[in-house]
Amino acid sequence: MAQDTQPASAMQPLLRLIRLPNFGIAPKIAALVLLVIVVLTLLAPWIVPHDPLAMDPLVRLKGPMEGHPLGTDNFGRDILSRVLIGGRLSLAIGIATAIVAVALGLVIGMVAGFFRTADAIIMRMMDALMAIPSILLAIALVALNGPSVGSVIAAITIPEIPRVVRLVRAVVLAAREEPYVEAAIALGSSMPKILIRHLVPNTLAPLIVQGTYILASAILTEAILSFLGAGVSTETPTWGNIMAEGRMFFRIKPELILYPGLMLSLCILAINLLGDAARDMLDPRLKKRAG
Amino acid sequence: MLFKSRNFDNADIALQAESLTVALPDTPGQPQVLKGIDVTIRQGETVCLVGESGSGKSVTSLAIMGLLPEALKVANGKINLQGQNLLPLTQAQMRELRAARVAMIFQEPMTALNPVLRVGDQIMEVMELHTRLGQSERRKRAKAIMEQVHLPDVDRIFRSYPHQLSGGQRQRIMIAMALVLEPVLLIADEPTTALDVTTQKQILSLIDELQQKHGTAVLFITHDMGVVAEIADTVYVMKHGEIVEHAPVEQLLRHPREEYTHKLLSAVPSLSPRDPRPAGSEVVLSVERLNKIYGGGGILRKLPQAHAAKDVTFTLTRGRTLGIVGESGSGKSTVARCIMRLIDPSSGRIMLDGSDIASLSRGALRPHRKKLQVVFQDPMRSLNPRWTIAQSLIEGPLNYGTSRRDALAEAKRLMGVVGLPEDSLNRYPHQFSGGQRQRIAIARAVMMRPDVLVADEAVSALDVSVQAQVLALLDQLQQEFGIAIVFITHDLRVAAQICDDVIVMQRGEVVEHGPAGEVLGAPAHAYTRALIDAAPGRDWDFQNFRSMSETENAQPA
Repeated sequence: MAQDTQPASAMQPLLRLIRLPNFGIAPKIAALVLLVIVVLTLLAPWIVPHDPLAMDPLVRLKGPMEGHPLGTDNFGRDILSRVLIGGRLSLAIGIATAIVAVALGLVIGMVAGFFRTADAIIMRMMDALMAIPSILLAIALVALNGPSVGSVIAAITIPEIPRVVRLVRAVVLAAREEPYVEAAIALGSSMPKILIRHLVPNTLAPLIVQGTYILASAILTEAILSFLGAGVSTETPTWGNIMAEGRMFFRIKPELILYPGLMLSLCILAINLLGDAARDMLDPRLKKRAG
Repeated sequence: MLFKSRNFDNADIALQAESLTVALPDTPGQPQVLKGIDVTIRQGETVCLVGESGSGKSVTSLAIMGLLPEALKVANGKINLQGQNLLPLTQAQMRELRAARVAMIFQEPMTALNPVLRVGDQIMEVMELHTRLGQSERRKRAKAIMEQVHLPDVDRIFRSYPHQLSGGQRQRIMIAMALVLEPVLLIADEPTTALDVTTQKQILSLIDELQQKHGTAVLFITHDMGVVAEIADTVYVMKHGEIVEHAPVEQLLRHPREEYTHKLLSAVPSLSPRDPRPAGSEVVLSVERLNKIYGGGGILRKLPQAHAAKDVTFTLTRGRTLGIVGESGSGKSTVARCIMRLIDPSSGRIMLDGSDIASLSRGALRPHRKKLQVVFQDPMRSLNPRWTIAQSLIEGPLNYGTSRRDALAEAKRLMGVVGLPEDSLNRYPHQFSGGQRQRIAIARAVMMRPDVLVADEAVSALDVSVQAQVLALLDQLQQEFGIAIVFITHDLRVAAQICDDVIVMQRGEVVEHGPAGEVLGAPAHAYTRALIDAAPGRDWDFQNFRSMSETENAQPA
């Protein structure tokens, strides 16, 4: 093997991800779109023209006009302000879900992959969890705990965990048979040390990819829950809530659903395209085929 | 007859490669993998292509088959099969040619056969693609060739799937597939490397027998000089993509012209055992009635059991080497893993420096781990690819409270001892060759100052010249640190070179146990004798370039 190849460190997948080599134009556009959406929603409180909750009975259901670039809804609230502010919570819930699901899944998957007795019990629980339709489970959890942001995150996270656990477990099962892991046992390294220092780095690349898919699906699930009235309280603007309210006026003013829906679709499409690019980059088998 | 060395000067040329050059056109500098090699194989002749890993022997065979990977291109030269140049042929024409006129068998018959098709159908498929024989005629021919490769119970095996057959039977099926259309040339790429010695012997004599029957030309690729001595008519020695020298087998083994061939031959370990070292008195490891039984669990009914190790007993004194030899499935690795406590023994005692570690819990075992270290077979996988060499080396000492600075200083010193530059410490495993990695793995084990080192096939994945160096290193470390070694191997030559005592295992049982000189020199058990008989090239003394009988006669009485 050539001497000048990059050292394989745990950071390598991340570094490679940032360098974005030649994977066509789609991931680059996706990254740009996502960047614009994130910046706009992050800066929303300072750039939106109106308080998203302020009603103005004089301008109900109006089209684009001065002061309201995208028009107003049935309470005379500014659509642009609501969509941008609403995006904050939607994205935040998505990111929180992805992080929590990956973190919990990583720990549970590690335990399942490394300890045989735990494996049987954990995986049967995961099988059971996967057998329940995730939307139904989420609705049930929100119905039990009330419509708070926390319970929505929990409701979306729990059905995602089994997928992460399966992934991590598979990686750990393969890696724990590696002679270097057995050598570490012989060198007297403790179990936690072996797990964290030898096994976790192997799971990073697939987890980054899986994380993007969870992020996209969490944003979508949040919107679905809000639309069904099982998400965060209906007064809070999120993309799902805005669409749910707009449903009644869909025939006279489709923009009420169009704009938040467009943001949602663009956002998810962009994240999934980036996830695909990351998978292509990090999957050595696919890379070999391309080279 | 010691050698085949038949004369083929008057036979028709089956295959001739002329100044064959293969390069990597897309790599900067366009490095050449084959640098203009010439090979001639005549009808009925067995040509052995020998060389160490990376010498280009497999690339040669793939070029002939037209199966080079995408990145490699034939840059120059000719490949003539019975006078027809193969290089200008299209993919479709090459496909016609393969199996019908040139056939190939591979190292690993399990991966070369399709696991979801019955083997009989796979043999028939070859005929379906290349002949117009009817179904019943194809079946008849398939069964006939299966008879010829001496498969037992042809009707049953015809309907079997690859996983239901043994390794040797699978390789016989591969040979049957390769020869069913009576090709001009058979290319065998390390066909016996993955097999046990006794099976290897049978496969080698089978290839020989079929060659004589059909007059096939055979291009046999191997790294094993013993195999060369057994089967070759003519030998081509390759190094770095070039033919170093070629000659009839006896001439090459007796009077190698080139320095490299000379080196390669002298590196072949001798089958005659080393002089035993004085027996020590301090017992460091003693194993008593060690048993390992797999299976047997099950909640509702008892699952079938496999007795992987049965009443294994031995003692090992400081500074000595005990070899455990046997074929695959003999339980030798099970014993090693039990001693290491990588798996838990079913019963028995493992006394390490006076304390029984067979049934200690993970926590209670930790203080003892230090005294017991391991070196694995595969140097590619025994170091964490994401860690620098320094990180790997100091992992153990840090676990036992050595300061980072002391550990690093010791790592630096040991790099010198195993013959690697100091700056190796900051590099990653993929920057080293297999032999260097094995040295690093040994250094990592020695960092712990163990009393016992378990070497599980530690040199089996290495080329002979590297193998000799690693064995010498083990010997040197053993003298310097007084380490006792449990050396697991399937290779009797290696065992003869390094072991003081030898245990021969078969199906989980110890069949013979004693000093290496006695066990290998005058075996008492039939199985040991069979193993020694099957060792390829056992009649040739490679170091002294003469036959074993000549060596014996030369020794003063």
